[in-house]
Parts: sequence; structure tokens; C-alpha cells
Amino acid sequence: MALLEVRNLEVSFRTREGIIKPLRDVSFTLNQGERLGIIGESGAGKSILAFAILNLLSRPGYISGGQVLFDNQDLATLSEKRLRSIRGSRVAMIFQDPMTTLNPVMTIGQQMIESLRAHRKISRKDARVIAIQKLKQVQIPSPATRIDQYPHELSGGMRQRVTIAIALLLDPLLIIADEPTTALDVTIQAEIISLLLDLCVSNNVGLVLITHDLCVLSQMTRRMIVMYAGRIVEQGPTKEIINDAQHPYTQGLINALPQLSIPGTELKQIPGAVPGLQHVPSGCAFNPRCEFSMDICTRVEPGFTCSGGCSVACHMVEELVNSMGEDL
Amino acid sequence: MKDRQELPVIDDQEVLSNTGQSLGKKIPLVSDTLPLLQVKELKKNFDLSGDLLDQFRFRGGRIIRHKRYIHAVNDVSLEVMPGEALCVVGESGCGKSTVARLVMGLLRPTRGSIYYRGQRIDKLSEKALLPYRKKMQMIFQNPYASLNPRMTIDQALLEPIRFHNPDMTEGELRERKSEVIKSVGMDPSWGNRYPHEFSGGQRQRISIARALMVDPEFIVADEPLSALDVSIQAQVLNLLRKAQQQRGLTYLFITHDLAVVEHFGSRVAVMYLGTVCEVAATKTLFSTPKHPYTQALLSSVPRLWDDQPRHISLPGEVPTQIGQPKGCVFQGRCPHANDRCRRYSPQLNAQSDGSLVACHGIEEGRI
Repeated sequence: MALLEVRNLEVSFRTREGIIKPLRDVSFTLNQGERLGIIGESGAGKSILAFAILNLLSRPGYISGGQVLFDNQDLATLSEKRLRSIRGSRVAMIFQDPMTTLNPVMTIGQQMIESLRAHRKISRKDARVIAIQKLKQVQIPSPATRIDQYPHELSGGMRQRVTIAIALLLDPLLIIADEPTTALDVTIQAEIISLLLDLCVSNNVGLVLITHDLCVLSQMTRRMIVMYAGRIVEQGPTKEIINDAQHPYTQGLINALPQLSIPGTELKQIPGAVPGLQHVPSGCAFNPRCEFSMDICTRVEPGFTCSGGCSVACHMVEELVNSMGEDL
Repeated sequence: MKDRQELPVIDDQEVLSNTGQSLGKKIPLVSDTLPLLQVKELKKNFDLSGDLLDQFRFRGGRIIRHKRYIHAVNDVSLEVMPGEALCVVGESGCGKSTVARLVMGLLRPTRGSIYYRGQRIDKLSEKALLPYRKKMQMIFQNPYASLNPRMTIDQALLEPIRFHNPDMTEGELRERKSEVIKSVGMDPSWGNRYPHEFSGGQRQRISIARALMVDPEFIVADEPLSALDVSIQAQVLNLLRKAQQQRGLTYLFITHDLAVVEHFGSRVAVMYLGTVCEVAATKTLFSTPKHPYTQALLSSVPRLWDDQPRHISLPGEVPTQIGQPKGCVFQGRCPHANDRCRRYSPQLNAQSDGSLVACHGIEEGRI
């Protein structure tokens, strides 16, 4: 059963230079307990997507088209009051920097009890018991004393554990994690990854993981989406894409990883840089940086072609698949 | 020091400029067994005590003066050989950036000494340091902060070379500038633009160009890739390698990214809490890590095609460096720690494969 279904989602920003669209034509589904990774470079629109799913965009940004179906309700058109009852309880979010998500003048316990009592009618005492139990779940040592500490008294890894505990507080069906390990050191990152994975599997929680790190994504998710300049360019099973990427951009991203190349040799690089949103090239947005760019790529935006288990937005892949179909 | 020595370019090196004038970067004349840079028992404390009045404490009926320090770098000894890229890795707070700044003379060491080509440089005055500044250049992490937003690219590139070579003519300067700009893959006609007109990757190219302008032989790069996107990281890493091959540069490369180290470094020094725990050739370190911390660090790096990530879990968190550390810095989190580790700090010892490891357990053959 589909837990989350995003259909042709489009986000626009009103700016002085006119309307820009940091997100165009984004569609995907996520089943219950499924883990989906979204990868892209800065400016690809992945964080905007996370905010748009929860309808958290604030002016000048707004959802200008499409639907976000969660549990048969369209979050894109729901009233603010109904949205508030879903955010935090049914769908939780984990952000990159725990120091900015946690309130520095409230103890961890106060923050956890506050959000519990905002959604459920329970006493402070009961809420505290649940909070301590959740802190224990994320392996915080001596949770009963930690609960009365302020965020600044905890280390970075500890703080991120607290935000995960807060996300799990109301037993959500879906967690959206926006770069949850980017601010952490590698040894701490490894701990947080395995913790988050264990919790998602044992509680059957769906996960949308937004990251720029292909290696983190490959460890945590079964399916993945590659975004470029506000659009999905490739979508499919993580293993299949990493082993045999079809879109030239995905291939470029994988080949640029230092760990896959022979030490001391030149890395394969993608020329150029990610385009600004005011100057997205016509046709396929990737065409100026693509080594396989053809005439059609500069004129027509590619549609999605199914190739294996993946769906790819590329004219070259489309031609390849079509010619293979004719051969048969 | 003013005259640039013109030395023949080695044949098998591709000459990058097509402006006619070759760079003529000299290959180090010192024999390769002498280190270009040598750091001996370097120590840096940062004072946390605050004002004089803040330092007084009332204790046991007496007023005493109380001082607190962060021991950012403790007895670090390193050697950088000519032509190599020595990578210093470690987690945040391990003192790797402090080492870079001490080497560049941006910070004064509390104790210890730094030698450049055998000359001691840590006690020199600003003026006496000038010739060394020309040979040693630094690339910083954040190209948004390290370029002056009110200077055009031309101004930013020409300022250091004008300062260090006052007798160069305008023509020579211009020629040199366009040669360097081309070598970092940028268009010389962009010189009148300001930094905000460029993307992060381009800005990092400009900061590399600025470092290359004075024709250095040694570059300290402090996390030069961290602020960049994945596809841009590869471009900049390739550029740094090209510059190394063509100009015979030596790097001290500070990073937290082990994948970059494996690709770029010729030798690696692993730091933990202000001390060096292992130094080894890159291949040796990645195939047979010896120090328990190095093993845990390497196992934490996420890899592609790794369905069941299995990392060595370290108990606890990185402790603070306030107060004098006792024993091995890693003992609190080390699964192999014993009484000796808690009391005495280990020294770097040479192993059979040429790596240096500071660990009592390995010394005793326990690990």
C-alpha cells in the first residue's frame, strides 16, 4: 500500500526576476516501511522537496501544482490546522543541524513533553516516562538525567540522537531526514546511520533520506531518486542504479567518487557547474555538461523512459530502449 | 631571494602554458632524503582563562590564580618529503587545522620547532619569514571567505606577486597571471570580475591560482574540498594533482574525508585529540591499519555496494582537550586499553612495514 504518493509536484518562487521553479514534475510513491533516498547536488531541489511534502514552504515559495497524497489526504491543499495534526505525529522530520532544530533555552525534556502534549491528551508525568523511554531507544546513556539537560550540554552526535528521539516520539509512519549526518564526524555518522536503520526496520517506519552522499544513501535505502536542477532524472532500485546507472549525470556522480578510482589517477569529472535556477538550460537541463548531448537534447525536455527497473529522463536512453524494442 | 632561479624543465613533464614562456618551476635541488618540512614535538595551547580578574578563584581560604588551557596540539612530530602529498586526517577537534596554521606561521607554537629545508622558522620575525611565505602558500576551506569580495580577480591574484617581486614589470606580471589562470582552467578575460560572480568551484580555482602565483614549492591545503559539491570536488582534486605533477609541488593536505586521502595522499598521518597516532604510506594504511583508532575510523567510512555496514563501534564520544591529558589520548574509548595505557602516553614506533604507530598494545604485541 502506498504510504506517500507525490504526483507531478511543482514548486514556484516569486522573485524580482519573475517566477522560478526550483521543483518541476516530481512524482514518486513510497510504500509503508520503505526507505527511499533522494540525491542531488546543492540547488537540485532536494530540500525544497522535503519542505514541500510537509507543505512547510513559506513565502515567496508555494506549491504551484501537483498533489502530495499521504494516507489518502492531499497535504498540498489541506488546511493549516489539519496539517499541524499530521506534522510531527504522523510524519516527522529530522534536519541537518541539530543545534538549530533544538531550542537552546529549553531542556530536552521540556521540548519532548511539549510536542507529546500538543498531539496527545496525557499528563506531564506520563509524557516524561515516554520521553525517557524514547531517549533510551536512541541509546543515550543515563536518559533520566540527560532529559533535564540543555542542548548545549550534549555533543553533536548526542544532539542528533535527541532529534531522532523527538522524531520517533509519536510513532510516525514516515520520517523525512534532510542530510541527517552531514554535520557529523565519520565515526559518529556510522553510529547514527546504523541507529536510524535499526529504528526504521524495527518500527516499520518509512524513510525519505535526503543526502548528497551516495555512499550513505547506498547503505540506508532500497530505492533512490537522482535529482538535477529541480527535476528527477533517474529513479529506481538503489542497487540497480549504483551498479548500472543509465542517466549520464548519475554515471558522472558515481564516477567522480574518489573511492571507485585507482589511487593516483585522474578522477573522471563532470565539466561545468550546476546551473542557477534562473538560467536552467532549455531542453534537458543537463545538456551543456553532458558528453552525449545531441541536437534534440537542447530543444526538447526528455520524458521518462522505463529501462529495467528504473525510469530515466534522457533522450539517449529513450533511443536505446526504442531501438532495442524494434530489434525484438 | 628576489631572483627567481630559472632551472630547466624536466622533459617528461607537460608544460602547461602555451604563452611561450615556460614556468620553469624548479625541481627541489635538495636530495630527496631530506625532508622539506620538519615538525618536531610541536605543542599548542589555547588559553581559556579569560581576563586577569576572571582567573582568580577563592579556594580553601585563599585566593589563587587559576588557568585553563585547551591542549590543541600535543607533541606532534611530522616530516614532509619533497614532492609528496602528506595528508593529515582526523575528526573535528583533533588539531589538524591548528597544525596547518602553525606550519604556516599563522599561529605561534607554545613549544616545539618547525624546520623548512633544515632552517628553523618558528621563531623568525615577520620580516625574516617573508622569503618563506613566498615558498609556502595556503589554500583555505571556504572560498567564499578567503577571497576579498571587494577585489577583482586580477587584483586578488596580483597583490601577492607584486608584494613578493617588486621588480617584476607589468608585462611580466600580466603574462604570469594569464598563464596561471589558464592552468587552473579559467578564462583570463574574467579578471575584471568580482568573486561573487563565480560559483564555489570556480572560486576555489581562483584561490588555488592565487596560491600558485608566487611560484611556491610547498602548499598547505586546509580542507580545500569540503565546501564543494561532489562533481566539483573531482574537478578541484584533479587540478591539485595536475599542479603537483607540473610544478613539482609538495602538499600538506588537511582533510576529514578518507576517500579523498586514499586517492590523493602519498602518506597519511592520522590524528586524534591533538596527537598523531599513526603515520603510514597511503596503501599500507588502508590495507593494514594498525592503531585501534585508525581501524575504527576506516571501518566507519560508508562504502558503495555495502549492504550490511559493519563498523567498529567506539564507546563514548571524543573528550575535550581541557586539562593536561594523562596516558594515551585514546585510552578512554579503546577496547584494548590496560593500566599502562591509562598512565603513560605511547610514542610513535617504527613497524616492519615502515609505518609509525603510537600504541602500547601494538608495542607489546597484544593487538
